[in-house]
Amino acid sequence: MSRPRPEPVQVIKQRRDSALEALVGGIPYSRYLGIRFERRGDELTAILPFDEKLIGDPILPALHGGVTAAFLETTAVLSLAWTRLWDEIESGRLSTDDLTPDTMPRMPKTVDFTVDYLRSGLPRDAYARARVVRSGRRFASVQVEGWQDNRDRLYASATGHFVMPQPPESNG
Amino acid sequence: MAIPPEQIARQFIEAIPHSRELGMTIEEIGGGACLISMPYDEKLIGDPRTGVIHGGAISALMDTCSGAAVMSHPTGPSATATLDLRIDYMRAATPRQTIRARAEVYHLTRSVAFVRARAYDDQEDPPVATAAGAFTLSVRDRG
Repeated sequence: MSRPRPEPVQVIKQRRDSALEALVGGIPYSRYLGIRFERRGDELTAILPFDEKLIGDPILPALHGGVTAAFLETTAVLSLAWTRLWDEIESGRLSTDDLTPDTMPRMPKTVDFTVDYLRSGLPRDAYARARVVRSGRRFASVQVEGWQDNRDRLYASATGHFVMPQPPESNG
Repeated sequence: MAIPPEQIARQFIEAIPHSRELGMTIEEIGGGACLISMPYDEKLIGDPRTGVIHGGAISALMDTCSGAAVMSHPTGPSATATLDLRIDYMRAATPRQTIRARAEVYHLTRSVAFVRARAYDDQEDPPVATAAGAFTLSVRDRG
């Protein structure tokens, strides 16, 4: 009748944070752009700290549209991979000790990605959050919102479709 | 007197910090079309297990190339910004090969330019990705 004792909070945090770190740290391009992720429970917020090398219009100045696209796409792919990884880790099917670059679940593959540029990106930090609208066995659809100073004043939004990596045991 | 649009476009693109960071070089430009190359670099990798470069780097290349194509249009736009850009990923880029993007303005109104672009590595067909976008247009000498 009695519920199992909940795990100590540090153990849970440690497990989730190291899973996230293993996921994010493995991508050279997002490291190069300087993208970080903050976690509240299972919710991720991506952060792109401002850097001169991200400028696309030196006169305004404004962030490069390609940087914004890359930032939102990285947020979409990682958030999607994270929702899958979360289930694996929390159910105990996957142990964080096993998470090396070689055993990491494969990343979803982008089929298409469309960015709406709503305002020019200011020369300061940017934030993004993704919503997995639909995640099926083979395909997923994800929406991403990007903002800077005000959460309600988006500077870009995007939507994309992805092919999910297939588990090795499913042979056709 | 008048500086040709392709020369303005070239100077404009070569002054973009992020495009220089990624090693982008204009190979051809003029008449609302542009060809830009981007050498392979380990910092662009999206999947360390295969060495395939990240889709985001392809996006940055396509966006720059499309903007350059707009700037080189004979109507002589003074500035442009991306309204939207859709990218379709056909296949993974082959690791260690230079990526090239070719963009062309296929329609232009007073305020908007419609652009198509494709990106490829040593193999041109099928392309790595194709893109379609709408760009804002500001024109010099309105009077």
